Amino acid sequence: MSDRIQDRGPLIPRNRAAHPPAYDIDYKTSVPRSPRWSLLSLESGPSEETGPTFGHEILGEWDNNLIMNWTRGKAPAVGERILVHGRVLDENARPVPHTLVEIWQANAGGRYRHKKDSYFAPLDPNFGGCGRTITDENGYYEFLTIRPGAYPWPNRGNDWRPMHIHFSIFGHAFGQRLISQMYFEGDPLIYRCPIAATIKDRGQLDTLVAPLDMAKARPMDFLAYKFDIVLRGRRQTMFENKLEGM
Amino acid sequence: MVQKLDTLIETPSQTAGPYVHIGCMPTYAGNAGAYDLEIGESPIADGAQGEVIEITGEVIDGTGWALRDAMMESWQPDAAGKFPGQAGADPKVSGYCRFAADSETGKFTLRTVKPGAVQARSGAMQAPHISVWVVARGINIGLQTRIYFEDEDNSADPLLNRIEQQNRVQTLIAKKTAEGKYTFNIVLQGDNETVFLDI
Repeated sequence: MSDRIQDRGPLIPRNRAAHPPAYDIDYKTSVPRSPRWSLLSLESGPSEETGPTFGHEILGEWDNNLIMNWTRGKAPAVGERILVHGRVLDENARPVPHTLVEIWQANAGGRYRHKKDSYFAPLDPNFGGCGRTITDENGYYEFLTIRPGAYPWPNRGNDWRPMHIHFSIFGHAFGQRLISQMYFEGDPLIYRCPIAATIKDRGQLDTLVAPLDMAKARPMDFLAYKFDIVLRGRRQTMFENKLEGM
Repeated sequence: MVQKLDTLIETPSQTAGPYVHIGCMPTYAGNAGAYDLEIGESPIADGAQGEVIEITGEVIDGTGWALRDAMMESWQPDAAGKFPGQAGADPKVSGYCRFAADSETGKFTLRTVKPGAVQARSGAMQAPHISVWVVARGINIGLQTRIYFEDEDNSADPLLNRIEQQNRVQTLIAKKTAEGKYTFNIVLQGDNETVFLDI
């Protein structure tokens, strides 16, 4: 990190239209959990332009292999074996290298390994459901996992989540912090899901749908899905020493 | 058709959901040992310089109910106002913490050192503050806010002075309850709604 934080460009203001609004009556829990006042907007500063960094020393041998990591390599999880891979980029289309990517998901039957999940689909004794990795110098990451099942949830009378994997990405600045969900190409539940539908722009929702990627599949072993992620970028600082409008 | 920009659009956010802890805080989810090392367990190591403080509170919804499934992350400089990685920064301060509302009571605790003041890009000094990011089921995009301290001089802080309704400033100020102890509630909606940021 540069010692002169001011030399690092401010973050490009977030395009809030690219994101779901806080309040969406069809996603019922958002109703009491959405602020009524507008957000306070101002230019980013050191608190948003710096952020935690993580090195490979935090990673264990199996951390990005969810098929094997719960048993530390002793026994594989049950389900459709898939590779999920892609790049982390910023809005300037530059790769985001050496950044932590975390994922979590249900098992093949749609059951989460969490003390609060009571869905009657059984746990898989060989599946934990969390993974993490650090992007390489080109912003590339990959996970080996099983495809998660759809599951019902108490929202409207008969709502089911599409198959999805939760993603958490850090970037290099606390103001880039993002959590989202990856969906799977062709899943008919995506466009029936009130959480997916919190995103009002269909094109934006489709950026969360990972296509099947046969070129990356390994014959007789696993299928592959490609999921690229875009984080906020930084503005150029070239003219920062001039007054606004000069 | 006009030319296309070569910029990309940010990936849209989605809620972290009720089981965010599986991926981010496995021990909290009941899955201790999923990783050898969980990140963000504490923003400080033993021997960090400055005053060790404890901030406790709740995340409260529009009905007054404390969330039991909220997860928070905090980011701050050391006691001298230096962020990790900057020259001269305190090596015992990682500055980053993950903490969650208790699944039974809804109470959270952040134990850290009181941060030093940091200059804004404009040159103005910002009052000491901790940046906080809140995610949970029902929150479609993470909410950013800041914790300031009632026993600091906050009068010249550029962010606090940008709040038009100055009666809302107090929603960002942690109240001191004892030496080194503060309370700070995050009110998502309604009376005394916390000021959330877009920065």
